[in-house]
Amino acid sequence: MPFAGLLNDTRVRAFVLQLLAFAGVVAFVAWIVSNTGANLDRLGMGIDFGFLDDRAGFNIVQTPIPYTNDSTYFRAFLVGLVNTLIVSALGIVLATIVGFAIGIGRLSSNWLLARLCTVYVETIRNVPLLLQVVFWFEAVLVLLPRPQAAITLPFGANINNRGLYLPAPAAEPALWAVAIALLLAIVATVVLARWARRRQAATGKPFPIWTVGAALILLGPLVVFLLAGSPVRWEVPVFQRLNFTGGIVIIPELAALLVALSLYTAAFIAEVVRAGVLAVPRGQLEAAGAIGLPPGLTMRKVVIPQALRVITPPLTNQYLNLIKNSSLAVAIGYPDLVGVFKNTVLNQTGRAIEVIGITMAVYLFISLVTALAMNLFNARVALRER
Amino acid sequence: MRTVFVAAIIGVTAGLAAVAPASAATLDDVKARGYLQCGVHTGLFGFAEVDNDGEWAGFDVDYCRAIASAIFDDPTAVRFTPLSAAERFTALQSGSIDVLIRITTWTMTRDASLGLTFAGVNYYDGQGFLVPADAGFETVADLDGGTICVQTGTTTELNLADYFNSRGLTFTAIAVAERAEAISAFEAGRCDAFTADASNVASARMTLSSPDRFVVLPDIISKEPLGPMVRIGDDQWLNIVRWTHFALLNAEELGVTMANIGELTASPNPEVQRLLGQSGTAFGEMIGLTNDWVARIIGAVGNYGEIFERNVGGGSPLGIERGLNALWTNGGIQYGMPIR
Repeated sequence: MPFAGLLNDTRVRAFVLQLLAFAGVVAFVAWIVSNTGANLDRLGMGIDFGFLDDRAGFNIVQTPIPYTNDSTYFRAFLVGLVNTLIVSALGIVLATIVGFAIGIGRLSSNWLLARLCTVYVETIRNVPLLLQVVFWFEAVLVLLPRPQAAITLPFGANINNRGLYLPAPAAEPALWAVAIALLLAIVATVVLARWARRRQAATGKPFPIWTVGAALILLGPLVVFLLAGSPVRWEVPVFQRLNFTGGIVIIPELAALLVALSLYTAAFIAEVVRAGVLAVPRGQLEAAGAIGLPPGLTMRKVVIPQALRVITPPLTNQYLNLIKNSSLAVAIGYPDLVGVFKNTVLNQTGRAIEVIGITMAVYLFISLVTALAMNLFNARVALRER
Repeated sequence: MRTVFVAAIIGVTAGLAAVAPASAATLDDVKARGYLQCGVHTGLFGFAEVDNDGEWAGFDVDYCRAIASAIFDDPTAVRFTPLSAAERFTALQSGSIDVLIRITTWTMTRDASLGLTFAGVNYYDGQGFLVPADAGFETVADLDGGTICVQTGTTTELNLADYFNSRGLTFTAIAVAERAEAISAFEAGRCDAFTADASNVASARMTLSSPDRFVVLPDIISKEPLGPMVRIGDDQWLNIVRWTHFALLNAEELGVTMANIGELTASPNPEVQRLLGQSGTAFGEMIGLTNDWVARIIGAVGNYGEIFERNVGGGSPLGIERGLNALWTNGGIQYGMPIR
C-alpha cells in the first residue's frame, strides 16, 4: 500500500496520532523530572528521605499516639496522620447521621420541618467551608470561659476555652472480664440474628432482633462490670495554676473543625439522600401499601434498600471531599497532617519536594482506601442483574 | 481536531524544553528584567507592610529598596513578593525571587542544606513573649503549665520547646499557620501568651484592639539573627547584598545621612571618599555596580540608623530600642566590614 493510502487508513492514522500524543506526554513528564532533578542538584540538595529519622524538637497539642519533642520527624508525621484520620472518621459518621436526618426531613409532609431543612441545606452549602471553620473556632473561643472560670460538668468533667476536659478511665485488672462479656454478647447477637433471619424466611414470624441485640450488648457487660466491682479508676482533670491537667482533652480546634466539616458535608449528603429516596418509583410504595406493610417497614425494607443504590456512589464523593477538606485544619491550628508535616516539618527541614510528595501520596492513599471500601459496599447494595 | 490537540502537546513540550533553568548570574537577570524581585513578609508592621498609600514600607522593604538603588539608582525598581514562612525558601530556590529579606533567622540547617546562604545579619533579634497585663506574669517561668500560641514553621517553635524542656517547665503549644490567626486566637484567650521574635511581638501588640492591656515580658529566650538570603553559587550577587548591608552600617558610622550626602561627596575624610566612590579605587565595579553605588543607596533610603529609626525605632509607633543593633561604637554588635 502506498504511503498516501496508509495516511488515509483511519485505523493507522488513529494509531500513529495516539502514539505521538503518548510520546508527547512521556516527554513532558520526563522533562519535568529531569529539570527538577537538575535544579535540585545545582542547589546541592538531591532527593533524600533521611531527614525523617531526625529529632523533631517541636511540640504538638494533640497526640493520640505517644510523642514528645524528642521523637523523630517520622513520628510527627504519624501524629499528624492519625489526627487527620480522627477528624475524618468522626466527621464522616456525624455528617452521615445529620445528612440522612436532614435529607429525610426535607421530604417530610410536615411543612415547617421540610422548610427548615431546605433553609439548612441552602445556607450551609453556599458559604465557603474555610469561613465556617474559622466561624466555629471563633464562636467556641468567644462562648467559652477561661480555664479559671471553667463550666463544671457532672462526673468531674468541665469545659473552658482550652477544651472539654473529661475524666480518663484507667483500667484495673478485672476489666478483662468485662471485655470478654462484651465479646460474648456480640457473638451471641450475631448468632441470634442469623437464627431470626432463617426463622423469618421459613415461617414469616418476625423477631425483635434490634431490641434484643442492643439489650444483650449493653446490659450483659454492664452486669459483669458491676459484679466485678467497677474495675475502672477515673482520673479527674485538676486545675493547676493556668490549665487543667490529667483526664482526656478535646481541644476546641478539633471541636470547631469537626462541627464545620460535618455540618457542611451533611448539607450535600442531605441532597444525595433526598435524590436517592425520590428515585424509588412511586409504584413500589403503593405496592408495599397494598400488601399491608406498615410505614416503618416500608421505609426499611422497600425504600432504603432501593435508595441506597442511588445514594452510595455520590455519598462516596462526599466522604472523599470531607477527608480532603479536613486539611483546612491548618487555618485554626488543629495539628493535622498538613499542619504538622507540610507546614512545620517542611519548614524546619526545607525538604519541600519530599514532604509535599509524601503528603500528597498519603491523601491519595486515604482517599483510595475509602473509595475501595465504599465500592465494596456499593457492590453489596447494587442491583443484581440476572 | 485530534491532530490539533497532538500538535499542541508537541508544541508545548518543545517550547518548555527551551526554557533553561535560571542562569547563575543573578545581577545580569535583574538588569535585563529592569527591576529587583524581592521576597518579603506578607504583612508585619514595621518590617514589611503595605502602607495607607498602597506602598510597601518597612525595615526589610528598605533593604530591598537599597539593593534596587545600588543597581538601578531607583528605589522603586523593586517588585515585592509577599511570602508565608512555609513558602519563602522554595520561592528563592526556584528563582522566582532574587533575594529573600523576610526576618529569616540565620541557622546552620538553613545555611547548609537549602542551597541558599545568608548575606549578613541586618537585625539581631531574640524570642519574646506577649501576655495579658492583668495575668500577673513577670517572667517566662511564670508560664509553666500554660498554653502558648506560636506560628508554625518558624525557629520559634523549636526554641520554645528547648527553653521549657531544659528548665523542666511544661507547656501546650498551639501552632497556627497564619500569624494573624495565631494573634487573634491569643487575643480571644485561647493561649496565655503569644511568642515570636521580639520585634514581631512588639509589632503584634500594636495590631491588637487595645495594646495597653498587653505587655511584652522582659525575657528573651533565644538568639534570632535575622538576615537576607540568596542562592548559593553566585558570589557576585551574594557580595552585592552583603556589601549593601555593610555600606549602610559604614555610612551610619561615618555620619553619612540622606540629608548630608550631597555635601559629603567633597569630604576630605579618606574613609568617606572610599565609601562614596571618590577615592579612585573602583569599589563598586568590583561587585558589578557603579562607583557611586553607596551614594545611590544613602540618597534613596538613608543609612542603617535612619532605616531603623524610621521603621521600628523611636520614629515609629513600635519604638524599639537599638540594643544589640546599635553600632559597635555605641555598645551594640552591628559592625560594618571596612570598605577599602
